[in-house]
Amino acid sequence: MSTPTEELKPLAKKKKKVPFNYEPYIRGGKLPHIWCPGCGHGIVLKSLLRAIHTTGMSKDDIAMVSGIGCSSRTPGYVDFNTLHTLHGRALAYATGLKLAKPKLKIIVTTGDGDALAIGGNHFIHACRRNMDMTILVYNNAIYGMTSGQSSPTTPQGMISTTGRYGSIEPPFDTCQLAQAAGATFVARGTAYHFQELEKIIYEAILHKGTSVVDIIDACPTYYGRFNKYKTPSEMMEKIEKEGTVSVKQAEKLTPEELQGKFLRGIIHRSERPEYCEEYNKLVATVQAKK
Amino acid sequence: MANQKKRFMQGNEACTEGAFYAGCRFYAGYPITPSTEVMEICGTRLPKVGGVFIQMEDEIASICAIVGASLGGLKAMTATSGPGFSLMQEGLGFACMTEVPCVIVNVMRSGPSTGFPTGPSQSDVMQAKWGTHGDHPAIVLSPASVEEIFHETVRAFNLSEIYRTPVILLYDEIIGHMREAITIPEPGAVEVINRVAPNCPPNEYKPYDNKLGDIAPLASYGDGYRFHVTGLYHAADGFPTNNTKMIEDAARRLLRKVDDNKERIWKNEEYFLDDAEIGIFAYGVSARSAKFAVRELRKKGIKAGLLRPITIWPFPDAAVEEMSKRVKAIIVPEMNLGQIVYEVERAAKGRCDVKGIFRVDTEPIRPIQIMDCITGAVLALSEAKNGAKPPVSTMTEMMVERDMIDG
Ligand SMILES: Cc1ncc(C[n+]2csc(CCOP(=O)(O)OP(=O)(O)O)c2C)c(N)n1
Ligand code: SF4
Ligand SMILES: [Mg+2]
Repeated sequence: MSTPTEELKPLAKKKKKVPFNYEPYIRGGKLPHIWCPGCGHGIVLKSLLRAIHTTGMSKDDIAMVSGIGCSSRTPGYVDFNTLHTLHGRALAYATGLKLAKPKLKIIVTTGDGDALAIGGNHFIHACRRNMDMTILVYNNAIYGMTSGQSSPTTPQGMISTTGRYGSIEPPFDTCQLAQAAGATFVARGTAYHFQELEKIIYEAILHKGTSVVDIIDACPTYYGRFNKYKTPSEMMEKIEKEGTVSVKQAEKLTPEELQGKFLRGIIHRSERPEYCEEYNKLVATVQAKK
Repeated sequence: MANQKKRFMQGNEACTEGAFYAGCRFYAGYPITPSTEVMEICGTRLPKVGGVFIQMEDEIASICAIVGASLGGLKAMTATSGPGFSLMQEGLGFACMTEVPCVIVNVMRSGPSTGFPTGPSQSDVMQAKWGTHGDHPAIVLSPASVEEIFHETVRAFNLSEIYRTPVILLYDEIIGHMREAITIPEPGAVEVINRVAPNCPPNEYKPYDNKLGDIAPLASYGDGYRFHVTGLYHAADGFPTNNTKMIEDAARRLLRKVDDNKERIWKNEEYFLDDAEIGIFAYGVSARSAKFAVRELRKKGIKAGLLRPITIWPFPDAAVEEMSKRVKAIIVPEMNLGQIVYEVERAAKGRCDVKGIFRVDTEPIRPIQIMDCITGAVLALSEAKNGAKPPVSTMTEMMVERDMIDG
């Protein structure tokens, strides 16, 4: 993969003994991928595959579902049950699939536009239902696939091809939206903090109920170019490193210091009946009455 | 057939009976008049048989959910009406492209837009064929009675499983809400067909492999076959391709699945057509009026006959062609401002006159309207010889005021 391997080196050094073998999870002959050099989506995929590996789940029991966008191309490269659907609709397909085959662990890879603009309605209703699935929002604050238009997470003042003079729209905070809509696991990670991201995704997958991870990553090709970031790594440092604070760090900071920063880590975790289990209970009750 | 099985029920209920008979175990939908009963009954009945029912957030989500469920191995259905059917079009195309069996019921109501929600209509016959973008196959069934809704629902599931394609069951509000006595066949009396599952080892499985024919076996997710499905043009293994040859082959194969099998998919009823001089081409509720008209006209010595398509898409070209060779004119009554009449014209190829009777005041086309039109046509034919006057309409219609319900 042509992801920025220099960022991954520290991890490779630390875990020198057993370099992680991605091969079993990558579909033979389907690379190279479509992502640009420096795109954050490839880094997210690495963290995702490592997290899946740690869960020990069988590839047969995982279904990866996506919508349309650069991020939504993820399922096409990995060796699971994979479903690449319509722009915005991944969660609706995932809902049907999960109910039909409850043993499948559903992982949805989606973009900020896919999940929060065209798919916004499905997003809040998925969170509300609390069906067991993990929603990974690859949030690059832009429409990458269609060459850089504004998205619902584009920060105010930033440039896009449909916001040449700077966006005037207030953006969504994915995590606040997910929590308000009822998701029982809400977290944020970044491609820069890829080791932390791996742990977060691991926790999200193991969580029973709807888990949402907002993953801040970079689209250097459009967002970066329009907004005058010189390199992908500069983008990652400015947006993903300097633009976020961990939940722990945040405890020590004043509201003023937290201004304009995104929280990283597990932001919300709660317990609520899981949808499929509730449905099974309903079936049992109805059948008992028969 | 055992007597106790004879039941009096509504068209929409018969649809659910047909679905359960065919093995439907998944329903996702969003309420909309005049299809809501289908959803409500599924919500009550499916849990009893261990099936799945879910009310989705909209019709877009509903069609996506049934496709997801079908890929998980369940026979799945949704039901809707006009506005909801419009919302489903992109998902319908996805099901065609990915070749996922499912059934979509559209109980037609007056449109465009919210129209007259409780008012019947037949104005989605073209949308059912052409609503989603891109060339795509369409199988659309158009029952005309409660009993027929049952059987056509079973057939809709069968066809979708055989051809790996969505099948649309299209009927109007009148047929959907009408009550008639029907006999539900014993299990096994009507054939129920299930999709062909692969018998190769998982690592050899290709979901769009057409080496053995145009329709490949379909595995279910979670059964050890880890395959890829995408709405992009794809190769035999399901992965996207930009190979122009493969794209054309795939596009042609999609249409061929239905085109090459249309004799098997076509289903028509002929009523006094053998010696007919005037033919009627009518579907759904309009065909019921047409039948009545044929009987009355025959009493008057006018040789009228009816061709009623039960499969409306693929369009019954051969049957219309045959009819057009024998009759002097074909009358096409439909509750819209002219849709299927142009298909009849196309298939008749100028061999006879084709005349539409259109009605959009949300009242059904009455037999008398059809009879007037036909006596007019007969007169017009003889008029050419002896200069008879054009017919005076005997139709007396009352304006019907009804409460507007924003269903
Ligand atoms: C119904 C529909 N509308 C618009 C599009 C065009 N489109 C494709 S991807 C996309 C935006 C993708 O942005 P995002 O979800 O943020 O993913 P990214 O490419 O940034 O990873 C759009 C608008 C489409 N495919 N379908
Ligand atoms: S356009 Fe942007 S989001 Fe898409 S692959 Fe390139 S860098 Fe990544
Ligand atoms: Mg994006």
